[in-house]
Amino acid sequence: MSHESQLKNVLVQGKFSVTAECGPPKGADPEVILKKAQLLKGMVDAVNVTDNQTAIVRMSSLAACALLKTAGLDPVLQMVVRDRNRISLQSDILGASALGIRNVLCLSGDHQIFGNQPQALGVFDLDSIQFVQVVKGMRDDGVITGGDSLDHKPDMFIGAAANPFADPLGFRIVRLAKKIKAGADFIQTQCIYNLNRFETWLSMAADKGLTEKTYILGGVTPLKSAGMAKYMKNKVAGMDIPDDVIKRMEGVPKDKQREEGINICVETISRLKELKGVSGVHIMAIEWEEAVGEIVKRAGLYPRPALDRA
Amino acid sequence: MITGEQKPVEEIRKMIAPYKRILVLGCGSCVAECASGGEKETAMLASALRMAARMNAEDVVIEEMTLDRQCVMEFVIQLDKAIDPYDAVLSLGCGAGVQAVADMYPEVPIIPGLNTEFLGETKAQGVWAETCLGCGDCMLYDFGGICPLARCSKQILNGPCGGSVDGKCEVNPDIPCAWQLIIDRLDKFGALDRLEEIYPPKDWSTKQGGGPRKIIREDQQK
Repeated sequence: MSHESQLKNVLVQGKFSVTAECGPPKGADPEVILKKAQLLKGMVDAVNVTDNQTAIVRMSSLAACALLKTAGLDPVLQMVVRDRNRISLQSDILGASALGIRNVLCLSGDHQIFGNQPQALGVFDLDSIQFVQVVKGMRDDGVITGGDSLDHKPDMFIGAAANPFADPLGFRIVRLAKKIKAGADFIQTQCIYNLNRFETWLSMAADKGLTEKTYILGGVTPLKSAGMAKYMKNKVAGMDIPDDVIKRMEGVPKDKQREEGINICVETISRLKELKGVSGVHIMAIEWEEAVGEIVKRAGLYPRPALDRA
Repeated sequence: MITGEQKPVEEIRKMIAPYKRILVLGCGSCVAECASGGEKETAMLASALRMAARMNAEDVVIEEMTLDRQCVMEFVIQLDKAIDPYDAVLSLGCGAGVQAVADMYPEVPIIPGLNTEFLGETKAQGVWAETCLGCGDCMLYDFGGICPLARCSKQILNGPCGGSVDGKCEVNPDIPCAWQLIIDRLDKFGALDRLEEIYPPKDWSTKQGGGPRKIIREDQQK
């Protein structure tokens, strides 16, 4: 089994990377993860595993990553700072590295009020930028918070998220710069539907030299229906879906809307591929992993570079 | 100030049910300012409890009294002359007040009548908002006078998160995004560059590192 980050290998070689997302089940059945693994295997370079996304209790991201690893995929461990303090976060980084997990995505996490545990205590001991910095310190210097040394450094390719569509736009670039300074090797963006705004953000990032300092992976989510588009626009904070996208979805019959969602997604990826400063694409097909293969093939991103067996 | 809200009358009635002679004890400080436990609210609650008792033909005596402060021994001691006839006290002080009274009168059940809420400010008539966590290491200078620990839903010290839209928090559009406020305010002072550095993890030892906190000032001790 390879213990290198395939995502890192692809990006370092200057190839356009493809990652997908795998949501763990609301249960303890490993087969759910292994089935999703089979759908994604060979289609993508790495697979993100979400960490109790939308604050709903699910199989732990770390365990699901370990399962993906046994299935021969390169997992990206998502970790939110909502549920764990710095002791637990650092401990899990060490455990993940020991299991051969080589990518981590450091996130704030959806607020607990949105999920099925609104009575839970939100921890938020570190914020996502501090967490990136802590993981970098562990990896590069073998040091944990407080200054103690580790006897074995974890090996992690470190990611963070960016939302080009949240406010205030100018400060989004300042925050991106802080994430990179903290140690983000790669940046995954919020779902891109508003390409104009994304390009504005990208050119502002490029002006500050930021696209040279990190790998930016554009986030895309295929829409399943016009209803989903409207729901995301109205209910998901920081989600920017222009009206013409919604009109386009509404303009096709219901049984063709999934196909149209994939069309929009493929077109978005084609445009992202042409943009200087975009190093890859992250496909978040929410509970629709079956769609990933088709999207990757139609976007001309198949086959993927061979897994490094070093 | 410390803010609080009265518990529902039914919950209070359940707690006082075993007792026959009850003193409803108000506090003239913070909880008077936030209109939950001052002299006026104490009189109103005592009256409501008396009425409920009468309606249910319960044979109880409910009387009221308000101290200037329940959390300071010098004021609590005034109860020495008053407390004897009662077999329970329903305190409308904050959690500190309830415990200060209980500490002084270990033989008497002291029942909380309020839910103590937060350290906050009066924003408008009838509106109070949380603005301080009491973390023990004030960072307001760094953030232009707006505390991200108390006012950002995710306590982010390097914000704003991706959920800040039109100056509002993703948790609730009634909550202003603390980070939008911080940015706007530091911008006015020409101090936005303060936010370009990564703010280090909070040292929580000043809040809970040593267990319950205590301030000891020898210069104030006689």
